[in-house]
Amino acid sequence: MAERVLMKGNEAIAEAAIRAGCRHYFGYPITPQTEIAAYMAKKMPKIGGVFLQAESEIASINMVYGAAAAGMRVMTSSSSPGISLKAEGLSYIAGSDIPAFVVNVQRGGPGLGGIQPSQSDYFQATKGGGHGDYKMIVLAPASVQEMASLTIKGFNLADKYRMTAMILADGTIGQMMEPISFEDAQIETYEKPWALTGTNCERKHNVVNSLYLQPDELEKKNFERYERYKAIEQTEAMWEEYMMEDAELCVVAFGIASRVAKNAVAAARAEGIKVGLIRPITLWPFPTQALNAAADKVKGFISVELSMGQMIEDVRLATQCKRPVALCNRCGGMIPSPDEVLDSIRKAQKGEF
Amino acid sequence: MKTTQILIAGFGGQGILFSGKFLAYKGLMEDLQVSWLPSYGPEMRGGTANCNVILSETPVGSPIITAPDVLIAMNLPSLQKYVNTVVPGGQIYVDSSLIDAKVERTDVQVFYIPATQMAKDENIASLANMIIIGHLLQNHPELSFEGTDAVVNKLVPPKKAALIELNMKALTLGKEYSA
Repeated sequence: MAERVLMKGNEAIAEAAIRAGCRHYFGYPITPQTEIAAYMAKKMPKIGGVFLQAESEIASINMVYGAAAAGMRVMTSSSSPGISLKAEGLSYIAGSDIPAFVVNVQRGGPGLGGIQPSQSDYFQATKGGGHGDYKMIVLAPASVQEMASLTIKGFNLADKYRMTAMILADGTIGQMMEPISFEDAQIETYEKPWALTGTNCERKHNVVNSLYLQPDELEKKNFERYERYKAIEQTEAMWEEYMMEDAELCVVAFGIASRVAKNAVAAARAEGIKVGLIRPITLWPFPTQALNAAADKVKGFISVELSMGQMIEDVRLATQCKRPVALCNRCGGMIPSPDEVLDSIRKAQKGEF
Repeated sequence: MKTTQILIAGFGGQGILFSGKFLAYKGLMEDLQVSWLPSYGPEMRGGTANCNVILSETPVGSPIITAPDVLIAMNLPSLQKYVNTVVPGGQIYVDSSLIDAKVERTDVQVFYIPATQMAKDENIASLANMIIIGHLLQNHPELSFEGTDAVVNKLVPPKKAALIELNMKALTLGKEYSA
Protein backbone atom coordinates (compact mmCIF):
# COMPACT_ATOMS: atom_id res chain seq x y z
CA MET A 1 0.00 0.00 0.00
CA ALA A 2 1.27 3.47 -0.85
CA GLU A 3 2.18 5.71 2.02
CA ARG A 4 -0.69 7.90 3.11
CA VAL A 5 0.25 11.45 3.96
CA LEU A 6 -1.88 14.22 5.36
CA MET A 7 -2.36 17.19 3.08
CA LYS A 8 -4.61 20.21 2.88
CA GLY A 9 -7.06 20.14 -0.01
CA ASN A 10 -5.46 23.20 -1.57
CA GLU A 11 -1.99 21.67 -1.35
CA ALA A 12 -3.30 18.45 -2.89
CA ILE A 13 -4.46 20.41 -5.94
CA ALA A 14 -1.05 22.05 -6.32
CA GLU A 15 0.90 18.81 -5.95
CA ALA A 16 -1.44 16.96 -8.33
CA ALA A 17 -1.11 19.74 -10.91
CA ILE A 18 2.67 19.46 -10.82
CA ARG A 19 2.43 15.68 -11.20
CA ALA A 20 0.07 16.21 -14.14
CA GLY A 21 2.83 18.14 -15.88
CA CYS A 22 1.74 21.68 -15.09
CA ARG A 23 4.83 23.91 -15.08
CA HIS A 24 3.12 27.29 -15.30
CA TYR A 25 1.10 28.83 -12.51
CA PHE A 26 -0.26 32.36 -12.68
CA GLY A 27 -2.37 33.69 -9.83
CA TYR A 28 -3.31 36.41 -7.44
CA PRO A 29 -3.82 35.67 -3.73
CA ILE A 30 -7.25 35.38 -2.14
CA THR A 31 -8.57 33.44 0.86
CA PRO A 32 -9.41 30.54 1.08
CA GLN A 33 -7.16 29.19 -1.70
CA THR A 34 -3.83 30.92 -1.07
CA GLU A 35 -2.11 27.65 -0.10
CA ILE A 36 -2.22 26.69 -3.79
CA ALA A 37 -0.15 29.73 -4.74
CA ALA A 38 2.13 29.27 -1.73
CA TYR A 39 2.82 25.64 -2.68
CA MET A 40 3.51 26.61 -6.29
CA ALA A 41 5.80 29.46 -5.21
CA LYS A 42 7.86 26.99 -3.22
CA LYS A 43 7.93 24.11 -5.72
CA MET A 44 7.90 25.58 -9.24
CA PRO A 45 11.35 27.23 -9.15
CA LYS A 46 12.88 23.93 -8.02
CA ILE A 47 11.52 21.96 -10.99
CA GLY A 48 12.12 24.48 -13.73
CA GLY A 49 8.56 25.74 -13.69
CA VAL A 50 7.11 29.21 -13.55
CA PHE A 51 5.31 30.67 -10.56
CA LEU A 52 4.13 34.18 -11.18
CA GLN A 53 2.00 36.36 -8.95
CA ALA A 54 0.39 38.67 -11.46
CA GLU A 55 -0.74 42.22 -10.81
CA SER A 56 -4.38 41.15 -10.89
CA GLU A 57 -6.74 38.27 -11.55
CA ILE A 58 -7.40 39.60 -15.06
CA ALA A 59 -3.70 39.58 -15.84
CA SER A 60 -3.25 36.07 -14.49
CA ILE A 61 -6.04 34.52 -16.60
CA ASN A 62 -4.61 36.18 -19.70
CA MET A 63 -1.19 34.73 -18.87
CA VAL A 64 -2.94 31.36 -18.73
CA TYR A 65 -4.46 32.13 -22.13
CA GLY A 66 -1.01 32.83 -23.55
CA ALA A 67 0.76 29.81 -22.07
CA ALA A 68 -2.13 27.53 -23.07
CA ALA A 69 -1.95 28.86 -26.64
CA ALA A 70 1.70 27.81 -26.64
CA GLY A 71 0.58 24.28 -25.74
CA MET A 72 1.69 24.28 -22.10
CA ARG A 73 -0.13 22.67 -19.23
CA VAL A 74 -1.02 25.77 -17.25
CA MET A 75 -3.32 26.78 -14.42
CA THR A 76 -4.64 29.55 -12.27
CA SER A 77 -6.61 29.44 -9.04
CA SER A 78 -8.77 31.88 -7.16
CA SER A 79 -11.88 32.21 -5.06
CA SER A 80 -15.30 33.54 -6.02
CA PRO A 81 -14.74 37.32 -6.50
CA GLY A 82 -11.45 36.55 -8.26
CA ILE A 83 -13.18 34.14 -10.65
CA SER A 84 -15.65 36.87 -11.60
CA LEU A 85 -12.64 38.95 -12.65
CA LYS A 86 -11.29 36.05 -14.70
CA ALA A 87 -14.60 35.53 -16.50
CA GLU A 88 -13.60 37.57 -19.54
CA GLY A 89 -10.46 35.49 -20.04
CA LEU A 90 -12.42 32.25 -19.59
CA SER A 91 -14.74 33.29 -22.40
CA TYR A 92 -11.77 34.12 -24.69
CA ILE A 93 -10.13 30.79 -23.90
CA ALA A 94 -13.38 29.01 -24.76
CA GLY A 95 -13.73 31.02 -27.96
CA SER A 96 -10.17 30.08 -28.93
CA ASP A 97 -10.68 26.35 -28.23
CA ILE A 98 -7.59 25.90 -26.09
CA PRO A 99 -7.19 23.86 -22.90
CA ALA A 100 -6.84 25.50 -19.49
CA PHE A 101 -7.17 24.43 -15.88
CA VAL A 102 -8.80 26.73 -13.35
CA VAL A 103 -9.60 26.27 -9.66
CA ASN A 104 -12.35 28.06 -7.74
CA VAL A 105 -12.25 27.44 -3.98
CA GLN A 106 -15.56 29.13 -3.33
CA ARG A 107 -16.42 31.60 -0.58
CA GLY A 108 -19.68 33.35 0.28
CA GLY A 109 -21.05 35.98 -2.11
CA PRO A 110 -22.25 38.02 -3.90
CA GLY A 111 -19.84 40.93 -3.98
CA LEU A 112 -16.83 40.72 -1.74
CA GLY A 113 -19.01 38.50 0.44
CA GLY A 114 -17.15 36.59 3.13
CA ILE A 115 -14.34 34.08 3.31
CA GLN A 116 -16.23 31.06 4.65
CA PRO A 117 -17.21 28.09 2.44
CA SER A 118 -19.95 28.38 -0.14
CA GLN A 119 -21.29 26.73 -3.30
CA SER A 120 -23.00 29.78 -4.72
CA ASP A 121 -20.85 29.94 -7.87
CA TYR A 122 -22.62 26.90 -9.30
CA PHE A 123 -24.45 28.96 -11.92
CA GLN A 124 -21.29 30.89 -12.80
CA ALA A 125 -19.32 27.67 -13.29
CA THR A 126 -21.89 25.55 -15.11
CA LYS A 127 -23.87 28.12 -17.10
CA GLY A 128 -21.15 30.43 -18.28
CA GLY A 129 -19.94 33.32 -16.18
CA GLY A 130 -18.28 34.96 -19.14
CA HIS A 131 -20.16 35.99 -22.26
CA GLY A 132 -21.13 33.92 -25.25
CA ASP A 133 -22.09 30.31 -25.89
CA TYR A 134 -19.61 28.11 -24.06
CA LYS A 135 -19.20 25.46 -21.39
CA MET A 136 -16.46 24.42 -19.02
CA ILE A 137 -15.95 20.94 -17.61
CA VAL A 138 -16.75 21.43 -13.93
CA LEU A 139 -15.40 18.97 -11.37
CA ALA A 140 -16.64 18.98 -7.77
CA PRO A 141 -14.31 17.21 -5.31
CA ALA A 142 -15.72 16.03 -1.97
CA SER A 143 -12.45 14.97 -0.34
CA VAL A 144 -8.78 15.86 -0.31
CA GLN A 145 -8.08 12.71 -2.34
CA GLU A 146 -10.51 13.93 -4.99
CA MET A 147 -8.92 17.38 -4.98
CA ALA A 148 -5.87 15.55 -6.32
CA SER A 149 -7.48 12.96 -8.58
CA LEU A 150 -9.90 15.42 -10.18
CA THR A 151 -7.07 17.88 -10.78
CA ILE A 152 -5.24 15.23 -12.80
CA LYS A 153 -8.49 14.30 -14.52
CA GLY A 154 -9.14 17.97 -15.23
CA PHE A 155 -5.80 18.46 -17.00
CA ASN A 156 -6.44 15.33 -19.05
CA LEU A 157 -9.96 16.36 -20.06
CA ALA A 158 -8.92 19.94 -20.84
CA ASP A 159 -6.29 18.72 -23.30
CA LYS A 160 -8.54 16.04 -24.75
CA TYR A 161 -11.39 18.44 -25.54
CA ARG A 162 -9.41 21.70 -25.90
CA MET A 163 -11.45 23.56 -23.31
CA THR A 164 -11.28 24.78 -19.72
CA ALA A 165 -11.68 22.30 -16.90
CA MET A 166 -12.57 23.89 -13.58
CA ILE A 167 -12.33 22.49 -10.08
CA LEU A 168 -15.30 23.89 -8.15
CA ALA A 169 -14.37 23.33 -4.51
CA ASP A 170 -15.15 25.27 -1.37
CA GLY A 171 -13.29 26.67 1.62
CA THR A 172 -13.84 23.57 3.73
CA ILE A 173 -12.39 21.06 1.29
CA GLY A 174 -9.60 23.53 0.52
CA GLN A 175 -8.60 24.00 4.15
CA MET A 176 -9.11 20.52 5.59
CA MET A 177 -6.47 17.82 5.80
CA GLU A 178 -7.08 14.17 4.99
CA PRO A 179 -4.85 11.25 4.08
CA ILE A 180 -3.97 11.15 0.43
CA SER A 181 -2.02 8.95 -1.95
CA PHE A 182 -0.89 9.74 -5.49
CA GLU A 183 -0.41 6.10 -6.43
CA ASP A 184 -3.23 5.83 -8.95
CA ALA A 185 -2.51 9.03 -10.87
CA GLN A 186 -3.11 8.47 -14.61
CA ILE A 187 -1.44 11.18 -16.62
CA GLU A 188 -2.56 11.34 -20.25
CA THR A 189 -0.78 13.35 -22.91
CA TYR A 190 -2.26 14.72 -26.12
CA GLU A 191 -0.72 16.01 -29.33
CA LYS A 192 -1.25 19.75 -29.77
CA PRO A 193 -0.75 20.45 -33.49
CA TRP A 194 -2.64 23.74 -33.10
CA ALA A 195 -0.19 25.17 -30.53
CA LEU A 196 1.89 28.27 -31.17
CA THR A 197 5.33 26.73 -30.91
CA GLY A 198 7.13 28.47 -33.75
CA THR A 199 6.97 27.24 -37.35
CA ASN A 200 10.72 26.84 -37.97
CA CYS A 201 9.66 27.96 -41.46
CA GLU A 202 8.46 24.40 -41.95
CA ARG A 203 4.71 24.78 -41.62
CA LYS A 204 1.92 27.33 -41.91
CA HIS A 205 1.37 29.66 -38.99
CA ASN A 206 -1.04 28.51 -36.36
CA VAL A 207 -3.52 31.12 -35.18
CA VAL A 208 -5.19 31.17 -31.77
CA ASN A 209 -7.94 33.73 -31.70
CA SER A 210 -11.56 34.17 -30.69
CA LEU A 211 -12.44 36.88 -33.21
CA TYR A 212 -14.73 35.86 -36.09
CA LEU A 213 -16.26 38.88 -37.78
CA GLN A 214 -18.17 36.84 -40.35
CA PRO A 215 -21.36 35.73 -38.60
CA ASP A 216 -21.67 32.51 -40.62
CA GLU A 217 -18.14 31.57 -39.70
CA LEU A 218 -18.74 32.30 -36.00
CA GLU A 219 -21.95 30.32 -36.08
CA LYS A 220 -20.11 27.38 -37.63
CA LYS A 221 -17.47 27.54 -34.89
CA ASN A 222 -20.16 27.52 -32.21
CA PHE A 223 -22.01 24.63 -33.85
CA GLU A 224 -18.78 22.62 -33.98
CA ARG A 225 -18.02 23.42 -30.35
CA TYR A 226 -21.47 22.28 -29.26
CA GLU A 227 -21.05 19.00 -31.14
CA ARG A 228 -18.00 18.44 -28.94
CA TYR A 229 -20.01 19.42 -25.84
CA LYS A 230 -22.68 16.90 -26.79
CA ALA A 231 -20.11 14.11 -26.93
CA ILE A 232 -18.80 15.16 -23.51
CA GLU A 233 -22.31 15.11 -22.05
CA GLN A 234 -22.73 11.55 -23.28
CA THR A 235 -19.41 10.16 -22.10
CA GLU A 236 -17.82 12.18 -19.31
CA ALA A 237 -20.50 12.58 -16.61
CA MET A 238 -19.33 11.21 -13.25
CA TRP A 239 -21.32 10.61 -10.10
CA GLU A 240 -21.42 8.50 -6.95
CA GLU A 241 -24.48 6.65 -5.69
CA TYR A 242 -24.81 5.89 -2.00
CA MET A 243 -27.54 3.60 -0.63
CA MET A 244 -29.65 4.10 -3.75
CA GLU A 245 -30.49 0.41 -4.39
CA ASP A 246 -33.81 0.42 -2.52
CA ALA A 247 -34.13 4.18 -1.97
CA GLU A 248 -37.54 5.84 -1.97
CA LEU A 249 -36.06 9.29 -1.51
CA CYS A 250 -32.95 10.73 -3.11
CA VAL A 251 -30.69 13.41 -1.68
CA VAL A 252 -28.61 15.23 -4.28
CA ALA A 253 -25.51 17.06 -3.08
CA PHE A 254 -21.94 17.74 -4.19
CA GLY A 255 -18.70 18.74 -2.48
CA ILE A 256 -18.80 19.46 1.24
CA ALA A 257 -22.63 19.40 1.24
CA SER A 258 -22.50 15.74 0.14
CA ARG A 259 -20.30 14.88 3.14
CA VAL A 260 -22.87 16.38 5.51
CA ALA A 261 -25.69 14.75 3.55
CA LYS A 262 -24.05 11.32 3.85
CA ASN A 263 -24.17 11.57 7.65
CA ALA A 264 -27.85 12.55 7.41
CA VAL A 265 -28.65 9.66 5.04
CA ALA A 266 -27.00 7.20 7.45
CA ALA A 267 -28.98 8.68 10.37
CA ALA A 268 -32.25 8.50 8.40
CA ARG A 269 -31.54 4.88 7.46
CA ALA A 270 -31.12 4.16 11.19
CA GLU A 271 -34.68 5.50 11.60
CA GLY A 272 -35.89 3.16 8.86
CA ILE A 273 -36.28 5.80 6.15
CA LYS A 274 -35.26 4.43 2.77
CA VAL A 275 -33.15 7.28 1.46
CA GLY A 276 -30.06 7.40 -0.73
CA LEU A 277 -27.68 9.97 -2.14
CA ILE A 278 -26.57 10.84 -5.64
CA ARG A 279 -23.41 12.94 -5.60
CA PRO A 280 -22.59 14.64 -8.90
CA ILE A 281 -18.79 14.57 -9.35
CA THR A 282 -19.03 16.46 -12.63
CA LEU A 283 -21.42 19.42 -12.41
CA TRP A 284 -21.03 19.96 -16.12
CA PRO A 285 -21.71 17.56 -17.67
CA PHE A 286 -24.43 17.05 -15.08
CA PRO A 287 -25.24 13.37 -14.38
CA THR A 288 -28.66 13.71 -15.99
CA GLN A 289 -28.89 10.00 -16.81
CA ALA A 290 -28.45 8.94 -13.15
CA LEU A 291 -31.01 11.41 -11.85
CA ASN A 292 -33.54 10.66 -14.55
CA ALA A 293 -33.25 6.94 -13.80
CA ALA A 294 -33.68 7.65 -10.08
CA ALA A 295 -36.80 9.71 -10.80
CA ASP A 296 -38.52 6.53 -12.00
CA LYS A 297 -37.89 4.87 -8.62
CA VAL A 298 -38.08 7.48 -5.88
CA LYS A 299 -40.92 9.62 -4.49
CA GLY A 300 -38.90 12.80 -4.56
CA PHE A 301 -35.56 14.56 -4.31
CA ILE A 302 -33.86 16.83 -1.80
CA SER A 303 -31.20 19.15 -3.14
CA VAL A 304 -28.71 20.06 -0.40
CA GLU A 305 -26.67 23.14 -1.28
CA LEU A 306 -24.58 25.93 0.18
CA SER A 307 -26.46 28.48 -1.92
CA MET A 308 -29.96 29.87 -2.33
CA GLY A 309 -30.72 26.90 -4.59
CA GLN A 310 -28.79 26.71 -7.86
CA MET A 311 -28.15 23.03 -8.62
CA ILE A 312 -31.83 22.38 -7.82
CA GLU A 313 -32.67 23.78 -11.27
CA ASP A 314 -30.52 21.13 -12.94
CA VAL A 315 -32.08 18.44 -10.74
CA ARG A 316 -35.53 19.54 -11.95
CA LEU A 317 -34.38 19.63 -15.59
CA ALA A 318 -32.65 16.25 -15.35
CA THR A 319 -35.69 14.60 -13.80
CA GLN A 320 -38.05 16.40 -16.19
CA CYS A 321 -40.08 17.49 -13.16
CA LYS A 322 -41.36 13.92 -12.75
CA ARG A 323 -40.97 14.17 -8.95
CA PRO A 324 -40.98 17.03 -6.44
CA VAL A 325 -37.60 18.49 -5.43
CA ALA A 326 -37.13 20.06 -1.99
CA LEU A 327 -34.32 22.45 -1.13
CA CYS A 328 -32.24 22.16 2.03
CA ASN A 329 -29.77 25.00 2.07
CA ARG A 330 -27.60 27.43 3.99
CA CYS A 331 -25.55 30.18 2.44
CA GLY A 332 -23.19 33.07 3.08
CA GLY A 333 -20.55 30.78 4.57
CA MET A 334 -22.90 28.72 6.75
CA ILE A 335 -23.06 24.94 6.38
CA PRO A 336 -26.18 22.90 7.19
CA SER A 337 -25.78 20.41 10.03
CA PRO A 338 -26.58 16.73 9.43
CA ASP A 339 -29.65 17.31 11.64
CA GLU A 340 -30.97 20.02 9.33
CA VAL A 341 -30.62 17.67 6.37
CA LEU A 342 -32.20 14.87 8.40
CA ASP A 343 -35.20 17.13 9.09
CA SER A 344 -35.65 17.72 5.37
CA ILE A 345 -35.49 13.97 4.77
CA ARG A 346 -38.12 13.33 7.47
CA LYS A 347 -40.40 15.97 5.95
CA ALA A 348 -39.98 14.51 2.46
CA GLN A 349 -40.80 11.09 3.89
CA LYS A 350 -44.14 12.59 4.99
CA GLY A 351 -44.67 14.00 1.53
CA GLU A 352 -43.71 17.58 2.41
CA PHE A 353 -41.42 19.02 -0.27
CA MET B 1 -17.99 1.20 14.12
CA LYS B 2 -15.97 3.50 16.33
CA THR B 3 -15.60 7.19 15.58
CA THR B 4 -14.09 9.81 17.87
CA GLN B 5 -14.82 13.47 17.18
CA ILE B 6 -12.41 15.83 18.91
CA LEU B 7 -12.93 19.59 19.09
CA ILE B 8 -9.95 21.68 20.22
CA ALA B 9 -10.59 25.35 20.94
CA GLY B 10 -8.72 28.29 22.42
CA PHE B 11 -6.84 31.45 21.51
CA GLY B 12 -4.78 31.80 18.36
CA GLY B 13 -1.17 31.09 19.31
CA GLN B 14 -1.91 28.32 21.82
CA GLY B 15 -1.03 25.64 19.31
CA ILE B 16 -4.64 24.58 18.73
CA LEU B 17 -4.06 23.61 15.10
CA PHE B 18 -0.74 21.92 15.88
CA SER B 19 -2.26 19.70 18.57
CA GLY B 20 -5.02 18.81 16.12
CA LYS B 21 -2.42 17.87 13.53
CA PHE B 22 -0.66 15.75 16.12
CA LEU B 23 -3.86 13.79 16.82
CA ALA B 24 -4.60 13.41 13.11
CA TYR B 25 -1.13 12.00 12.42
CA LYS B 26 -1.37 9.74 15.45
CA GLY B 27 -4.66 8.44 14.07
CA LEU B 28 -3.07 7.92 10.66
CA MET B 29 -0.30 5.88 12.32
CA GLU B 30 -2.91 3.72 14.02
CA ASP B 31 -4.46 3.05 10.57
CA LEU B 32 -7.57 5.04 11.33
CA GLN B 33 -9.45 7.25 8.86
CA VAL B 34 -8.86 10.85 9.81
CA SER B 35 -9.91 14.37 8.96
CA TRP B 36 -8.58 17.69 10.26
CA LEU B 37 -10.46 20.91 9.72
CA PRO B 38 -9.22 24.25 11.03
CA SER B 39 -11.11 27.46 11.52
CA TYR B 40 -9.62 30.01 9.17
CA GLY B 41 -9.95 33.70 8.66
CA PRO B 42 -9.83 36.79 10.86
CA GLU B 43 -10.56 34.92 14.08
CA MET B 44 -7.18 33.18 13.65
CA ARG B 45 -5.29 36.40 14.10
CA GLY B 46 -5.25 36.73 17.89
CA GLY B 47 -8.88 35.76 18.42
CA THR B 48 -10.34 32.30 18.94
CA ALA B 49 -9.08 29.33 16.99
CA ASN B 50 -10.56 25.90 16.76
CA CYS B 51 -9.87 22.67 15.06
CA ASN B 52 -12.06 19.64 14.27
CA VAL B 53 -10.33 16.25 14.27
CA ILE B 54 -12.22 13.06 13.45
CA LEU B 55 -10.65 9.62 13.96
CA SER B 56 -12.67 6.70 12.69
CA GLU B 57 -12.53 3.03 11.81
CA THR B 58 -14.80 3.80 8.83
CA PRO B 59 -14.57 6.56 6.20
CA VAL B 60 -15.19 10.01 7.66
CA GLY B 61 -18.47 11.60 6.53
CA SER B 62 -18.78 15.26 7.36
CA PRO B 63 -15.50 16.74 8.66
CA ILE B 64 -17.50 19.35 10.55
CA ILE B 65 -18.11 18.49 14.21
CA THR B 66 -21.41 19.55 15.73
CA ALA B 67 -21.46 17.16 18.70
CA PRO B 68 -17.92 16.33 19.87
CA ASP B 69 -17.03 13.22 21.87
CA VAL B 70 -14.05 15.13 23.23
CA LEU B 71 -13.68 18.85 23.86
CA ILE B 72 -10.35 20.45 24.71
CA ALA B 73 -10.99 23.96 26.02
CA MET B 74 -7.94 26.21 26.31
CA ASN B 75 -9.84 29.36 27.27
CA LEU B 76 -13.12 30.39 28.93
CA PRO B 77 -14.98 31.61 25.81
CA SER B 78 -14.29 28.25 24.14
CA LEU B 79 -15.55 26.29 27.13
CA GLN B 80 -18.70 28.39 27.33
CA LYS B 81 -19.32 28.13 23.60
CA TYR B 82 -18.94 24.37 23.29
CA VAL B 83 -19.65 22.83 26.72
CA ASN B 84 -23.23 21.96 25.88
CA THR B 85 -22.42 20.49 22.47
CA VAL B 86 -20.41 17.58 23.94
CA VAL B 87 -22.28 14.27 23.68
CA PRO B 88 -23.49 12.72 26.97
CA GLY B 89 -20.74 10.40 28.18
CA GLY B 90 -18.13 12.51 26.39
CA GLN B 91 -14.96 14.04 27.78
CA ILE B 92 -13.97 17.63 28.44
CA TYR B 93 -10.34 18.66 29.02
CA VAL B 94 -10.03 22.04 30.70
CA ASP B 95 -6.84 24.09 31.04
CA SER B 96 -7.59 25.00 34.65
CA SER B 97 -4.80 27.56 34.90
CA LEU B 98 -6.65 29.72 32.39
CA ILE B 99 -10.24 28.73 33.21
CA ASP B 100 -11.59 29.16 36.76
CA ALA B 101 -15.07 27.96 35.89
CA LYS B 102 -16.20 24.41 36.59
CA VAL B 103 -18.27 22.34 34.21
CA GLU B 104 -21.76 21.99 35.68
CA ARG B 105 -22.83 19.07 33.52
CA THR B 106 -22.80 15.73 35.33
CA ASP B 107 -23.19 13.51 32.26
CA VAL B 108 -19.66 14.08 30.99
CA GLN B 109 -16.17 13.24 32.27
CA VAL B 110 -14.17 16.37 33.03
CA PHE B 111 -10.38 16.57 33.38
CA TYR B 112 -9.02 19.75 34.93
CA ILE B 113 -5.34 20.13 34.05
CA PRO B 114 -3.38 23.28 35.04
CA ALA B 115 -1.48 22.89 31.80
CA THR B 116 -0.39 26.48 31.24
CA GLN B 117 1.05 26.72 34.77
CA MET B 118 2.75 23.34 34.44
CA ALA B 119 4.30 24.45 31.15
CA LYS B 120 5.56 27.68 32.71
CA ASP B 121 7.07 25.79 35.65
CA GLU B 122 9.00 23.58 33.25
CA ASN B 123 10.08 26.42 30.96
CA ILE B 124 8.06 25.12 28.04
CA ALA B 125 5.51 27.94 28.13
CA SER B 126 4.14 27.42 24.63
CA LEU B 127 3.45 23.72 25.06
CA ALA B 128 0.44 23.64 27.40
CA ASN B 129 -1.47 22.18 24.47
CA MET B 130 0.77 19.11 24.33
CA ILE B 131 0.47 18.53 28.08
CA ILE B 132 -3.27 18.20 27.62
CA ILE B 133 -2.78 15.95 24.59
CA GLY B 134 -0.46 13.73 26.63
CA HIS B 135 -3.19 13.31 29.22
CA LEU B 136 -5.80 12.63 26.54
CA LEU B 137 -3.69 9.86 25.00
CA GLN B 138 -3.72 8.07 28.36
CA ASN B 139 -7.52 7.95 28.22
CA HIS B 140 -7.71 6.77 24.61
CA PRO B 141 -6.38 3.26 24.08
CA GLU B 142 -7.20 3.48 20.34
CA LEU B 143 -4.45 6.11 20.09
CA SER B 144 -2.08 5.01 22.89
CA PHE B 145 1.09 6.79 23.95
CA GLU B 146 3.33 4.48 22.00
CA GLY B 147 4.83 5.95 18.84
CA THR B 148 4.28 9.56 19.86
CA ASP B 149 7.95 10.35 19.25
CA ALA B 150 7.60 9.35 15.59
CA VAL B 151 4.64 11.70 15.21
CA VAL B 152 6.48 14.58 16.90
CA ASN B 153 9.47 13.93 14.63
CA LYS B 154 7.21 14.16 11.60
CA LEU B 155 5.53 17.39 12.69
CA VAL B 156 8.42 19.45 13.98
CA PRO B 157 10.36 20.97 11.09
CA PRO B 158 14.11 20.11 10.98
CA LYS B 159 15.04 23.75 11.62
CA LYS B 160 13.34 23.58 15.01
CA ALA B 161 14.69 20.18 16.03
CA ALA B 162 15.17 21.40 19.62
CA LEU B 163 11.39 21.42 19.95
CA ILE B 164 11.17 17.65 19.51
CA GLU B 165 12.49 16.94 22.97
CA LEU B 166 10.37 19.70 24.51
CA ASN B 167 7.21 18.36 22.90
CA MET B 168 8.01 14.89 24.24
CA LYS B 169 8.59 16.41 27.68
CA ALA B 170 5.18 18.13 27.54
CA LEU B 171 3.43 14.96 26.38
CA THR B 172 5.06 12.97 29.19
CA LEU B 173 4.10 15.59 31.79
CA GLY B 174 0.51 15.29 30.67
CA LYS B 175 0.63 11.52 30.68
CA GLU B 176 1.91 11.42 34.24
CA TYR B 177 -0.33 14.15 35.59
CA SER B 178 -2.94 13.15 38.15
CA ALA B 179 -5.29 15.61 39.80
